[in-house]
Amino acid sequence: MRAVHAALALIAALMLGTAARAFDMEEDHVFPAATAQVAQLSILSTTDTAVFGPLIAAYQARHPGVAVRYTVASSQQIYLAVTAAAAPGYDVVISSAMDLQMKLANDGYARAHALPPGVALPGWAQWQDRLFAFAQEPVVVLLSRAALKGLALPHTRRDLIALLRDDPDRFRGRVGTYDVRASGTGYLFATQEARQSDSFWRLAEVMGTLAPRLYTSSADMIADLKSGALVLATNVIGSYAAPQFPPGSDGQIVELQDLTLTLLRTAFIPRTAQRPDLGGGFIDFLLGPEGYRLILASGLPPIGGAAFSDAPHLRPIRLDPGLLVYLDRLKRQNFLEEWTAALVRH
Amino acid sequence: MRSAALSLRQRLMLQLLVIAAVLAVLLYLTVRTVAGRAAEATQDGILGAATIAIAEQLRGSEAGVSVDIPYSAFSILGSISEDRIFYRIDVAGQTLTGYDDLPLPPKPPQGQAPVYYTSDYKQAEVRISAVSRPVLVANRVEPVLVMVGQTRLGQAAIAAQVAKVAAGLGIGFFAIALVLSLVSARSVLRPIDLLAAAVGRRGPRDLRSVEHPTPKELRPLVVSLNGFIARLRAALSRTETFIAEAAHHIRTPLATVRTQTEIALRQSEDEATRRTLRAVIRAVEESSRSAGQLLDHATVIYRAERLADEALDLAGVVRGVTEALRPTAELKDIALRLDAPGPVPVRGDRMLLESAVRNLLDNAVKYSPDDSEIGIAVRAEGARATLRVQDRGRGLGGKAKADLAERFHRGGNVADVVGSGLGLTIVEEVATAHGGSFDLSDREGGGTCALFTLPLR
Ligand SMILES: Nc1ncnc2c1ncn2[C@@H]1O[C@H](COP(=O)(O)OP(=O)(O)OP(=O)(O)O)[C@@H](O)[C@H]1O
Ligand SMILES: [Mg+2]
Repeated sequence: MRAVHAALALIAALMLGTAARAFDMEEDHVFPAATAQVAQLSILSTTDTAVFGPLIAAYQARHPGVAVRYTVASSQQIYLAVTAAAAPGYDVVISSAMDLQMKLANDGYARAHALPPGVALPGWAQWQDRLFAFAQEPVVVLLSRAALKGLALPHTRRDLIALLRDDPDRFRGRVGTYDVRASGTGYLFATQEARQSDSFWRLAEVMGTLAPRLYTSSADMIADLKSGALVLATNVIGSYAAPQFPPGSDGQIVELQDLTLTLLRTAFIPRTAQRPDLGGGFIDFLLGPEGYRLILASGLPPIGGAAFSDAPHLRPIRLDPGLLVYLDRLKRQNFLEEWTAALVRH
Repeated sequence: MRSAALSLRQRLMLQLLVIAAVLAVLLYLTVRTVAGRAAEATQDGILGAATIAIAEQLRGSEAGVSVDIPYSAFSILGSISEDRIFYRIDVAGQTLTGYDDLPLPPKPPQGQAPVYYTSDYKQAEVRISAVSRPVLVANRVEPVLVMVGQTRLGQAAIAAQVAKVAAGLGIGFFAIALVLSLVSARSVLRPIDLLAAAVGRRGPRDLRSVEHPTPKELRPLVVSLNGFIARLRAALSRTETFIAEAAHHIRTPLATVRTQTEIALRQSEDEATRRTLRAVIRAVEESSRSAGQLLDHATVIYRAERLADEALDLAGVVRGVTEALRPTAELKDIALRLDAPGPVPVRGDRMLLESAVRNLLDNAVKYSPDDSEIGIAVRAEGARATLRVQDRGRGLGGKAKADLAERFHRGGNVADVVGSGLGLTIVEEVATAHGGSFDLSDREGGGTCALFTLPLR
């Protein structure tokens, strides 16, 4: 299990401050310069190349002499790479693991960058002049309409708990969620939810009785729901699910009304950047009007305060040092013990 | 006295402004320091509270120490400022969790209260608070040290803000002080200005003592000024008395000498004795004349200093003098023709004007032949009062008025006419003292024309 391995390596790194080995890439792609190459911008990211491709193309249309190297890795691998300087030369680091990004910035791995005067980012979407959010993504529940036949759609965690309790046979072995022991994103969602919602542990207990299937990525949960292996998946990144389940399809995307976490996808320029100027330029581009349009087109909701006033159940995960708390070794250990007790029965 | 000496107002302003500037700077520094300290104390307080909140979550068991860091401990620090946060929890010198290289306190904290210290960590200046708590682990008490550190960006931002406010306060204070010093300099110097104005406004004859209300500090000055005035007044009145007495004491014996000599002349048969006696009479006449003119001149000088300012009719004055001189003129069969059709109002000192007119008429009579006529005309012409005295005498003999009006200067044409050469000097001085003019010219067809003018009232 590669994910479990990586998680163990992360724990080791958090404890010892060192990385045991070089990092694993998932994709590594170079977009060549349109004209004679004058420079290369290197981006290390958790976001799929497919999502970021159009953004990079638009960036290169403005800077034809710049080749872009786009490397995809897991958030934990990225953390290890940055802290151990195992992947020097990257000019921008993009990740959805807010806690790890926050820890990197807090521990001094991020470089200061002043946004140009035209770019206005709300205070909650940036930390110091180092960490910048460019997308806000609701964390949603996925349900199969077919499997739910005859039952009311749940709107809150309380509804969901009732639904699972009242009809356990329908759901047994067919509910999915993140394995928080192996997935950094899953751990972030679970800890933030546990902190903000009273129903989290009760829901976990109920799901634990239904032999849940545990995943390390939203994409896998979406695939299994599509194939019918799952009828319910919790803590799925909404922006990944939306294109897969257009209105009228079997999958139903639910934003729980009692609380729906909103993940901020963040970028920073690492201290070891080779071309911090290019990195800064790319961040300015992402946050500028063109980047805003392209992010919207790629299916990621760009940063905007209006979303929160329109939908009071949406709550952004706060980009502040509170995120460091759940990365604490003892805190993590306690949380995982409790979570395992609730969800993983033998 | 140096002419470059600063005025009192400048001195006062300068000193007040220097004081204000010093106070403004002090205010700036005080506000900065006090507010800076307060900001640091506040930040420390929050940092300490976070540290204590963590320390309260320490739990001891058989297995060791565990801690459940409260989310709010860091989240609150993060919501106040975007500072970087570091923490470290040590059990008996071993790091349990957190940043194991976060600097330890210079000396271990005692009691419940946190200790604060500043240290460099991860390329930044970090303020750290540390508390120590004993925790029971497997029946042993282990000391647990909780440290929470925070960079000082937030505090630096507050300090910058405070500095701006403090600078604003200082500048505002200085501006207000500037206005107030202007006002106070004016009000402090006002009594001096008023006194100077009051003294300056006085007429030249005003020798009353200064009674203007003055502040205590100016009292000595006013007292000595009044002393001077009193002495001047005394000196002047002594001079006046002296002149009057001198005139009396010289004229009276001379008159006696003259009378006695005339008696002797009448009784004497001897021609030689008679000649001598006539010479004595003439010398006495000249002495008497000289003494009279000298004393008149002194009176003019003395009175011109503090001219009486009565409303007078020049025609009336001239008429009086003419009537007084008529008997003398008749001795020489000279007719005095006064032409004064109406009153001519002027301001001035009657005694001086009479003296001037008397000298003019006296000259006309003295230097005219027997059986002649003297024209005296008083008129108001435009803005001026004029007196013309015209005779058919011997004329000026080519001499200019300027020379003749000199003291003790007599013309070459005086022959045996008795005189001292002070008459025209007196006329000239009286005219000047009254803002008038005097001129003497040859008259067409022989004789002299004297023109004396004064401003009309
Ligand atoms: N009306 C006049 N006609 C001719 N000469 C005159 C006449 N008035 C003045 N003078 C000349 O001007 C001179 C100065 O006159 P002033 O009156 O000053 O002196 P004074 O007549 O000689 O002496 P006193 O002081 O006794 O009058 C005279 O000596 C005389 O020569
Ligand atoms: Mg004369």
